[in-house]
Amino acid sequence: MNQYWKYFLMLGCLGALVGIGFVSGPFVLYLATRIMILCIFALGYNLLLGRTGLLSFGHAAFFAIGAYGLAITSIHISAHPLLGILIGVTAAALLSLCIGFFCVRHTEIYFAMLTLAFGMMVFALIWNLRSITGGDDGLYGISRTAISLGIVNIPIRKDYQFYYFVLLFFVASVFLIHRIYSSPFGLALAGIRENHIRAEFAGLSVKAYRLGVFTVSGAFAGLAGSLSALLESNVAPFSAHWSHSAEPVLVSLIGGLQTFSGPLVGSIVFVALREVLQRFTYNWMFWFGVLLLAIIIGFRGGIVGSISDAFRKYSRP
Amino acid sequence: MLQSLVHVCLAGISAGMFIWLVASGLTLVFGVLRVLNFAHGSFYMLGAYLCFAVLKAMGGNFWLGLLLGPLVVSMVGYVMERYLLRLVYHLELPYQLLLTFAMVLIFDDLVKMIWGAGSIGSPAVPGLSGSVSIAGREFPVYNLFIIAVGPLVALGLYGLLEKTWWGRIVRASASDREMALSIGVNVPLLYSGVFMFGAWLSAVGGALAVPYVGLLTTGMGEAIIISAFIVVVIGGLGSLKGAFLGSLIVGLLSSFGTRFMPMLDMFLTFGLMAAVLLWRPQGFFAEG
Repeated sequence: MNQYWKYFLMLGCLGALVGIGFVSGPFVLYLATRIMILCIFALGYNLLLGRTGLLSFGHAAFFAIGAYGLAITSIHISAHPLLGILIGVTAAALLSLCIGFFCVRHTEIYFAMLTLAFGMMVFALIWNLRSITGGDDGLYGISRTAISLGIVNIPIRKDYQFYYFVLLFFVASVFLIHRIYSSPFGLALAGIRENHIRAEFAGLSVKAYRLGVFTVSGAFAGLAGSLSALLESNVAPFSAHWSHSAEPVLVSLIGGLQTFSGPLVGSIVFVALREVLQRFTYNWMFWFGVLLLAIIIGFRGGIVGSISDAFRKYSRP
Repeated sequence: MLQSLVHVCLAGISAGMFIWLVASGLTLVFGVLRVLNFAHGSFYMLGAYLCFAVLKAMGGNFWLGLLLGPLVVSMVGYVMERYLLRLVYHLELPYQLLLTFAMVLIFDDLVKMIWGAGSIGSPAVPGLSGSVSIAGREFPVYNLFIIAVGPLVALGLYGLLEKTWWGRIVRASASDREMALSIGVNVPLLYSGVFMFGAWLSAVGGALAVPYVGLLTTGMGEAIIISAFIVVVIGGLGSLKGAFLGSLIVGLLSSFGTRFMPMLDMFLTFGLMAAVLLWRPQGFFAEG
């Protein structure tokens, strides 16, 4: 695929996304908004998993901190959504910086276990600090008040308004993460994934890079959390549970770990498939398990990886 | 005060023994196969449900359930190792972990499909149903039985691994797979055997939990696998001695935690896990 095709494809997607906001009913808008939020979560996560090769079970905690940050700000300080998002993302970034500082000392299974432990410590705090977080009830009644920018007020209460609000963050995140992928920082991360010893010999401070990408992906998880708190108008403690961290993993794996656009495709397939499966069966988790097995055993490139492999074979006979 | 201390200790030890039965298999499988199996908690759950099913079908004989349930689970373990895990040994860690995670999703929903999503009750065991008076308070006989079973299993494992020919082969393959292969050990078969044995241990734990927990839920596997993770981390991945002591620590910590500081109980347990990983990643009780 040459450059022009890529731009056409991107413009087409953007046009379709804007169009969806005009014509769709509330259900499709809700699903599309959820897909975009999941995309932000998964794209940020895949910087860590796909690009750097680190498996984290603690990102649900950063997602939840973003959500709780927004919720607490909106209940106690000010309901301005941008302020809430700013506080949510900052809190998530700071927390992931602190947790990452300890976690990046290890790799492989020890890294996964450390992120699990720290993530569950956050979950325990959210679960038990009832006076602040509402305990197992969570926090609810988060309103989508209009964004006041001095002279103009932009309402986001209606579904399509909020859809465009999320679309803005979505496009910005995709652009930013795409920049990160092709930046020297992003290339160094891929180098660390392929051979961290050689990367170290080449003069890269492997730990600092790992900490950097951990923090960045934590911040994106926080952004996704804040937006989802606005979408659902409530936050629940189980969003911090380790099993919620499996969601971006599944999404990235379905789409393709080693690709940039994998999580984008994966999110659409994940949410759409879940909606369809839930219509037919209560046991959608079973089918996701089977799908996951099939991908791990047969199609490790995911959807995007498999398609681009096929494309390459086809174009080079 | 002394009374309640004794009872909190006993409750902690009996809870720790269930974690031990799961953690022993988990750490054994990790030590030999180098795979951390998320689905190990599902074997615990399957063991419990299958024991319950046998119990229902065979007119309430718990011991028959305890015998047959885990045997079926070890067959399931064989299928999983032979036809799934074996395909991913050469892959990177995320794929291995996620494969076992996929099995958790599948097992959970299979149990829901077969037995329904709700919790099911479980009966008392004839012969072990009463309670005895310890330090002036009643304590269930069954929990004492559990406290006895744990160390017996530990002794059995020690004997099996350290004193028998089979144990030597297992230890040899764990420490050097290539060498074991080259001197003619059938390592793939051994892997299957160890995995089946681990699954069996976990399922025995689950079956024993049927009268203990009183209610079976599909979440019981996920609950115990996290405790077992904490335990094997504290004890050192692959160390059985560490897993035994770790189980006691986690069991006691959570029973004292729920008794004296219910707010901090979960936080402290995971905090301990993180601290051990940071300062002694080879585990508290690992040699060397």
